[in-house]
Amino acid sequence: MAAVTPEMLTSTHVEKMNKKKPPKRYWEETENTDQSQRRPEEEQDKSEQNQNKSTVKERSLKRKNGERLEKKDPFPGEAPIPHKQLQKFQRGEKCKVPAGACKRLKEVTASSEAMSEHAQKQAARYDLLLPEDAGLLEGDEDEDTNTISQDDIADAVDITSGSKYFNLHLSQFGPYRLDYSRTGRHLLVGGKKGHVACMDWQTKDLMCEMNVMETVNDVKWLHTEAMFAVAQKRWLYIYDSKGVELHCVKKFNDVLRMQFLPYHFLLATASATGFLQYLDVSVGKEVAAICTKTGRLDVMAQNPHNAVIHLGHPNGTISLWSPNQKEPLAKMLCHRGAVRSLTVDKTGTYMVTSGLDRKIKVYDIRAFKPLHSCFQPAGASCLSLSQRGLLSAATGDIVQVYQNVLGSSPVSKPYMAHRLRGQIWGLAYCPFEDVLGIGHGEGFTSMIVPGAGEPNFDALDANPYRSHKQRQEWEVKALLEKVQPELIGLDPGQLSKVDQASFEQRHKEQVEALGFDPLAKDKFKPRRKKKGRSSAGAIEKRKRKVAHEDQRDEIRQSVQEHTEREKELKEKSKEKKLGNKSTLDRFRK
Amino acid sequence: MKVKVLCRNPDDYVRETTRDIQRVPRNYDPTLHPFEVPREYTRALNATKLERVFAKPFVASLDGHRDGISCITKHAKSLSTIISGACDGEVKVWNLTKQECLRTVQAHEGFVRGICSRFCGTSFFTVGDDKTIKQWNMEAPGYGVREEPINTILGKAVFTGIDHHQREGTFVTCGQTVDIWDEQRSSPIRSFSWGVDSFSCVRYNPVETELLASCASDRSIVLYDTRESAPLRKVIMQLRSNTLCWNPMEAYYFTCANEDYNLYTYDIRNLDVPVNVHMDHVSAVLDVDYSPTGREFVSASFDKTVRIFPKNQNHSREVYHTKRMQHVICVRWSADNKYVLSGSDEMNIRLWKANASEKLGLLSAREKAAANYNKKLIEKFQHHPQVKRIARHRHVPRDVLKQKRELQEMKEARRRKEQNVRKHSKPGSVPLLTEKEKHVVAVVE
Repeated sequence: MAAVTPEMLTSTHVEKMNKKKPPKRYWEETENTDQSQRRPEEEQDKSEQNQNKSTVKERSLKRKNGERLEKKDPFPGEAPIPHKQLQKFQRGEKCKVPAGACKRLKEVTASSEAMSEHAQKQAARYDLLLPEDAGLLEGDEDEDTNTISQDDIADAVDITSGSKYFNLHLSQFGPYRLDYSRTGRHLLVGGKKGHVACMDWQTKDLMCEMNVMETVNDVKWLHTEAMFAVAQKRWLYIYDSKGVELHCVKKFNDVLRMQFLPYHFLLATASATGFLQYLDVSVGKEVAAICTKTGRLDVMAQNPHNAVIHLGHPNGTISLWSPNQKEPLAKMLCHRGAVRSLTVDKTGTYMVTSGLDRKIKVYDIRAFKPLHSCFQPAGASCLSLSQRGLLSAATGDIVQVYQNVLGSSPVSKPYMAHRLRGQIWGLAYCPFEDVLGIGHGEGFTSMIVPGAGEPNFDALDANPYRSHKQRQEWEVKALLEKVQPELIGLDPGQLSKVDQASFEQRHKEQVEALGFDPLAKDKFKPRRKKKGRSSAGAIEKRKRKVAHEDQRDEIRQSVQEHTEREKELKEKSKEKKLGNKSTLDRFRK
Repeated sequence: MKVKVLCRNPDDYVRETTRDIQRVPRNYDPTLHPFEVPREYTRALNATKLERVFAKPFVASLDGHRDGISCITKHAKSLSTIISGACDGEVKVWNLTKQECLRTVQAHEGFVRGICSRFCGTSFFTVGDDKTIKQWNMEAPGYGVREEPINTILGKAVFTGIDHHQREGTFVTCGQTVDIWDEQRSSPIRSFSWGVDSFSCVRYNPVETELLASCASDRSIVLYDTRESAPLRKVIMQLRSNTLCWNPMEAYYFTCANEDYNLYTYDIRNLDVPVNVHMDHVSAVLDVDYSPTGREFVSASFDKTVRIFPKNQNHSREVYHTKRMQHVICVRWSADNKYVLSGSDEMNIRLWKANASEKLGLLSAREKAAANYNKKLIEKFQHHPQVKRIARHRHVPRDVLKQKRELQEMKEARRRKEQNVRKHSKPGSVPLLTEKEKHVVAVVE
């Protein structure tokens, strides 16, 4: 056992010890040369110790050795990942290989499954490293959070956050519509009477301000903060961030509402004449113009999950549109009166609508089913959903913010409320910030709503802190992977699914594509024969010979099968009849 | 009241100095990345298009021979050296990196029929129409010294091919018989023949080194074991095979280039049916060589094209041709798996990239990552019609295209006729044969 300690030392700390040791002499035992050599000795030692319990030193050594063997990692294996977190990164169901599949297919699916599982785990693990937490607001005991005023909140938080609550008094050209850019840095406001301004709202840096001397119906940022679209009295205009008019798109007239689809580079517009039009802003072409035949379109929202446009109509219906179809993808009757406003959450699961019947309703738009509704005495004129699912509703000059609306139970009490000085015209949450922008008759108000914004952004998608260079780089990348408008549909993941078109359908498509049926049989053409054997009668005779050949084949086959079956039945019945077998039958094979 | 508002410190998100790299915080939450599939599909489509845009496979042409190239061989040890033989008996040693000829030897009178490098790379053997086997030093002789072979063996008949053993000092030649030679002796140690008059190609198995395969002019492929006295077995096909090549990684497979425009991959454990029939050439296939990874092979054909086939697929993934390239006689895949060499009738050796759109030279880590990502994307969306259409499209010479259509029509006519014969004869008397079964006549033990 004496050999153990030096060996341990050498194994933990390396060469220097060895160097200091005197050179080994021939009479010394071969001690710490090789573990495999030493092991039998050790075992022998142990057995000896068991037999006669010897000195204390030896015993302590043994204990040490034993401990070392028993000591285990208290947390063996990989760190577990909570199921909920894993669920968040799951994409679709696991693939099941049919039992009869070939070996290669099985291998490929198994390896790809393993790979996607690994990726899912890595992504779930990464969640731990996200730097920011979401905001929150909690009242004291017996204190409703909706009684807390914006001034109190602005006083309570740090200066930079406090400065996010501010008012712009613009009483001349009101009421205002507004739009935040995708990164949440830039704000665009447009007054009804022609005042358009854009600015970096965090630094309060004004980029441009002008009066277009026309009615402004809506304003919208395009893919970057370098360009924005303004729907004016007659045409649609596009300006750059310095206020220079870039385009006047005369194909788009009387536009009331606009939505920009950032991944498709499409500007969707709804007009007073009932037209829904799509403008590809990367090439400047009109992609589709759809006559909805439902009158004036002033309620519009996009589904950020699948880029489907939702339109609300005066008869209480909501219709879903894609640029590929002249008919709506779906139509829902949502309200008894006209639809006043609607909004869709970012996962594309829920839609919130408000109507003239003074109700706010929540729908599951994957199943087209209403979840719950609540009655509001004044009705909501504007709705907006934040990135983390807070719903803000504007009724007259009051904005109310609701929490947990997207669950299954209805909500009665608002989370926050704020009264403004004029009628509310536009409502939008700022992405990646706890801020709600409100455009109203007396100007613009930026309101702090703790817990509204997504705390951790992805810099490759939308980076509020990006530099000029990074923006350029992003623009090129984004243009390269511009999704074609043909791919807009209710299910954006359709492309990754197996196309299980039936044989008939594929055949039909093939016939359409080719212009003829490749599987069709050629009609029998009798050969021309000489010596008067090609008279009309003879040809007809020859034709008759092969007429209905397929049918004849089938009939022949079925008759044959039928006879065979009857034969079998006969034999069986014969056997039954001869139930009492003779003694010699047992030798029969 | 307890309140917390989202407030980011810009220092955490912006780089400290302009010399720093930009900070890119990520969040992999799928809800922040909508349209995953359509965007990926768009990327895949772009990657496929770029792959076709950058497909410039031709690297260089090595000219200098004064007659058609009849054979090429790789140096056993050096990646940059190849040896080529021409129809006028001239042998040239080339340096591929400099794309120049290092040395010229007038080795034979008439054709040089075969060249092989010794496994150690110090010398090489040539056989020619003048019935001689010559061994040459790989090093060029000093200035003013005449080119002399180390060793010359005079045979009885013309030799048509030669191959050297992987480890020992023996080599094999073929002509009227398959002969096994010791380097030290001037007569063969052993001769094999199986009732045929001539062989066109013989190859040692790279793994089971005592195993040999040869193509005979009586439409058969014969397998030998050098430790036994008689040939092992042979498979007779409908038309003659020109050359064959063993798969270097799975050495129980070999692929033969046939006169009937096809290549056949056989498993030596079961010669009754080929494992794969590789169709795409529109004229006789003259040479075949495997990549060192054993996953693909390249074939040269009389139709003036070079094609690259995956080992387990029936159609080629790539076709190379130029306006000036005539009938391609010989082809080799370089040992670093990056290039393909083809020698053709019009006296040029051409150097092609094995992967047409690959970027040559050193790649940065980001370039490598991007290339790998694009490759994976294309693989993922390979069955989508748009991606497939672009990835498959190749421009081929008009003659080849025409001939391909013609062959297709002939094949369809044959199929239709067979169907009619089957329809009008007694059921079972005309058996249904698969494409693989059609081409093997018999297997003789």
